[in-house]
Parts: sequence; structure tokens; C-alpha cells
Amino acid sequence: MTAKNQNALDSLKKYAATPIFTYIALAIAFALLIAVPFMGLDSYVMNILVKVSIYVTMALGLNILVGFTGLVSLGQAGFVAVGAYTTTILTTMYGWNYFLALPVCILFSVLVGILIGLPSLRLTGTYLSIITLGFGEIVRTIIIVWEPMTRGPLGIRGIPKPSLFGVQFTMANAGLYFLSIVLMLLVTLFTHLLIRSKTGRAFRAIKGDEMAAMMMGINVTYYKVLAFVLAAVISALAGSLYSTQLGYIDQNTFTFDMSTMILSIVILGGMGTIRGMFIGSAILVILPEVSRSLMDYRFVIYGLILILMMRFRPQGLLGWKSRRPYPISPKALALKEEAASKEGWSTHA
Amino acid sequence: MLFQQIINGLTLGMTYALIAVGYSLVFGILRLVNFSHGSVYAFGANSILFLISMNIGIMPALILGIFLTGALGVIVDKTALEPLRKQHAESITSLITTIGVSSVITNLLTAQLGSQKRSFPSLFPAGSLNIGSISLTYTQLGMLFISLALLLGLLAIVNRTKIGLAMRASEQNIRAAQIMGINVNGVISFTFFLGGMSAAIAGALVSSYYSMAYPNMGYTAGLKAFAAAVLGGIGSLPGSLVGGLLVGSVESMAATLLGSEFRDSMAFIILIIVLVIRPHGLFGKKEIKKV
Repeated sequence: MTAKNQNALDSLKKYAATPIFTYIALAIAFALLIAVPFMGLDSYVMNILVKVSIYVTMALGLNILVGFTGLVSLGQAGFVAVGAYTTTILTTMYGWNYFLALPVCILFSVLVGILIGLPSLRLTGTYLSIITLGFGEIVRTIIIVWEPMTRGPLGIRGIPKPSLFGVQFTMANAGLYFLSIVLMLLVTLFTHLLIRSKTGRAFRAIKGDEMAAMMMGINVTYYKVLAFVLAAVISALAGSLYSTQLGYIDQNTFTFDMSTMILSIVILGGMGTIRGMFIGSAILVILPEVSRSLMDYRFVIYGLILILMMRFRPQGLLGWKSRRPYPISPKALALKEEAASKEGWSTHA
Repeated sequence: MLFQQIINGLTLGMTYALIAVGYSLVFGILRLVNFSHGSVYAFGANSILFLISMNIGIMPALILGIFLTGALGVIVDKTALEPLRKQHAESITSLITTIGVSSVITNLLTAQLGSQKRSFPSLFPAGSLNIGSISLTYTQLGMLFISLALLLGLLAIVNRTKIGLAMRASEQNIRAAQIMGINVNGVISFTFFLGGMSAAIAGALVSSYYSMAYPNMGYTAGLKAFAAAVLGGIGSLPGSLVGGLLVGSVESMAATLLGSEFRDSMAFIILIIVLVIRPHGLFGKKEIKKV
């Protein structure tokens, strides 16, 4: 690439980063989101769209752990299951309103998040991932064993659609669609504000170097547990909505495959980015649907995508932003290069 | 009754240990949890069954299947993981890659063979050995002896041979080993080969024990074996053995005492308890963090 091209690219990036352009793009996207149900799409497509937005929410939750804090969770389906079962049990067995059940669902997931976050006091890296993997499997066993509550392997059928003041949020009146979009946008806004807050900076410091973060006076334990709690709550909320969409849940809804799926969305879209979650979820949820003609081979493609992405674009599809180096002033760069030439080594090593 | 259950558990535990060895050896050198190992195990069992159904005789089918599975391990490393090592990729990149590989292998098996369970012929004569109230079928005896012999063989390879020396050197410090003239990529491929072979043998033994094989069999077995490897201290071969036996016996005790629903998550419950108390497993070496 010539220097001129590079300049053109830089100015384009600058242009793309100007607020006006971003706001226009956001407004268009927002208008599209609202317009979708009025386009007369059939219920199959709408179902997929709801599923995409629910998976975006789940991925945003996991992204707080993997993308910002650097803790790899392999048991995200466990949190989803906690949310799904808490609201479902409250609504089907005790006749609660869905929206009244949500605070209980949040409370429960906070507790579970703390419980899973606590081992991170002692464990790091791979070992912590293993604990989360074990957590996901144990949740499934609890679902099977705790039959009076969860109806065990039979699963819970006929989960009612959420309703508020007599209005039901169904697929037919697009209420469920809007509900999932509202949740997705709220979580997106929350994550957006979170990264720019003190908490978000602490998360990223821990990802960068845990030891250094500790030395800078960041309460690493507190923030790690907090990251788990946030991820748990977001996934649980997504799970409660997912259960109403499915109308039926059992222990096989929340397998390791689901955890892998959520993790794959985060990786494919680009860890630590927000927009990546949208792209990642859209691709990974829609792909198996459009490739139905390939029968069993479509899941082979799904694995191949993961492998090829890791090989050729490990930062994810939209990961370029998070890879942008920390801005160094030209003066400091000149000084550094001068020092380098004196010492006789290159900065471009 | 309980004692009989423990014996049954130990027999299965031996095969968990055989699978765990594959996780352990790879983790020792690459510090990588190889999530594709469960599917390699399933490939082993299913390919052996496929070869047996081709009527080439049970013994040649076994040997061919075991070598094929070992080769599959090498292919996984060469095509998916070695390029990542050359790029000095982050560890999560390799982890995700192995999850992808696992999905590819399992789904290819399903697409080719169908997801139904197919019957696997018995590799050992019927009948059993009775000692007091405990009875050991010849299949169980065969499993115990073959697994034990294999684990001892692997231990001998790692501790007594030249390639084993190279493996241990790579485990200690991969760059220093390279500087000393060790073909590290060759050593890693050999490790994957050993892991694949022992997984195939475990696959054949387990399939013959339950007299069935199916493409998805690697999932639970892989997770349990992985739990066993971590439990004993991942990277340590005797640790894998102890971890496998522990997981096997605890889960059959749990199945008898608490109910069979508890069987599959028992491995993880003990795993979490052990990890919280002893973060590097029972036999694992503590890593010293240098700043």
C-alpha cells in the first residue's frame, strides 16, 4: 500500500469516527429495527431475528468476561439456564407475572455469579475456565435431579409468553421481538457506558496485566467477581426471554454446545468490541438456518469457520478497533526511534 | 454391592486415565487444553467399528484403527495448531481452534455414519472371574490389564527413551529445547500421535464394555477424562492414572448411593473441590509467577 493510499484510508477512518456519521448510521439502524415487524416477514424469519437478538445479549454478557476482563468462561449456558429456569418456574408453577419474576431472576443470577466468581480468588487462566465448564455441567445435573421444581428430564412445557396489563408479547403481534430488541439495546447501552467508566477501565487493566493492575491499587478480586456477576445477570435475563420464545425447556437446551456458541459469537465478532457481537450473532445464528440443504454437513462448516477465523483473523471480524495501538505522540515516537538507532535495534521487531 | 461398584468404577476409571493421558501430555508441552481430544476418542472407537464391519478381522481392524486415530491426532496438530504456534497466537486462539476441530470431527462422523448407536462386538471372551461376592467379567479384566500395561508403556516412553527425554525437555522450556537442537514440532506431533493412539484404545475398550459406539460418545467421556487429568495434576502421567481411577470410582459410588442422575456431574464436583483446595491438582507442579 502506497503512502497516499494509507493517508486516504486514515482520513476515511477519521471520517467514520466523527460523531455525525456515527449518529446517522445509528439512527438508520434503529429505524430499521423498528420497521422490521411491519415488513410482513413470515414468523420463521421473525423467530430467527428474535434468536439473533437474544444471542447478541448473551454475547454482550460473555464479552464483559472474555473481552474486557480476560476471563474465559466455558459455562455461559449455565447462567442462561439459571435465568430461564428461575422465571419459568415462577411463571408456570406459581403464576407470577413475567416482569415480576425478572427481579428474582436478577437476584438469583447475582448469587450464582458471586458463587462462580469466588474461585477466581485462587484460580487463573485455564483452571478458571475449567471451573466454569464444570459449573455448566453441574447446573444441568441440578436441573435433572431437582425434579419437584424443574420437572427433571421431562422439561417444562407450555411456558406462557410475557404479558403486561393484559397485553401479551407474542411472536404474532411482534411483542416478543420488541421485548428482545429493548433488552438487547439496554444491555448494549449498559456495556457502552460500562467500558468508559472506572469499572470498565479496571476490567481492561486486569485483562492487560493482572499483577500490574493489582500494583496500581485495583481491587482485582472485587472486579473479577463483579465481572462474573454482570455476565451472569445479562445472560440470565437473555435466558428468561429465550425460554418464553422456545415455550419449552429441558436440560438439553443448555448444553456445552450453547456455551461454545456464545463464545464463538464473541470470538467471531471480535473480543472486546460491542458491534462485533451483532455481526457474530447474526452470522452464527443465521448460518445453520440458510444452509439447511447441506443437512448434517452444516455443522461441519460451523467448526471450519471457527478454525479458519482463528487462523487468519484471530481478532475477529470487527476487531480492528481493539487492536489499534495506544496513541503515542509523534514527538515521543521520534525520541524512541532516536534512542533505538543509538542502541542499534529496531522498534519494528 | 458397594465394593462391586467400586471395582466397576475402577475399570472405567482406567479408560478415563487412558484418555486423560492425551490431555495431559499435550497440556504439559503446549499449556493448551485440547478440546478436540474427546472427538478423537470417538473417531477411534467408530473407525475401529467401521473397519471391523469391513471384515478384515478384528485384530487388523484394531491395529489399523489405532494407527489411523494416532494419525488423526497428528493431522489436527499439523493443520490447525502448528500454524498458530508459528504466529505466536494467544492461548485462547488455540483453545477455540480445538473446539472448532472437535465440532468438525464429531459432525463429520455423524454426517457419515448417522447419529444412532451401533453395536460393537465384544473383544474379550464372555464369562467372569468370581472372588467371594465380587465378580469381574473377562472384559473388565482385559480393560484393567490393557490400560495398565499401556499406561506403564507410556510412562516408560516418557521417562526412558530419547524421544521421551525430548518431550520432557520441551515441557520444561520449549525455546531452550529448540536451541538444544530438539525438533520441537516433531516432538509435539509425536505427543499428539501417542494421545490419539491411547484414545483409540480407550475407545475400543469402552465400546466393547458397553457393546456400542456412536459419533457423540466423545463428549461426556472427553469431559470426564479432562476432569480426571486436571484432578491428578494436568501434565503428570501418574496424576492422570490417579485422577481417572478417582473419577471412575467416585461416579459409580455416587450412582449407587445417590442415584444414576448424579453419575455424569460427579467428575466436575470433585474437580471443583480439588481445584479450589489445591489449584494445581493432586500431583501438579505449582507454577511460580515471576514479575
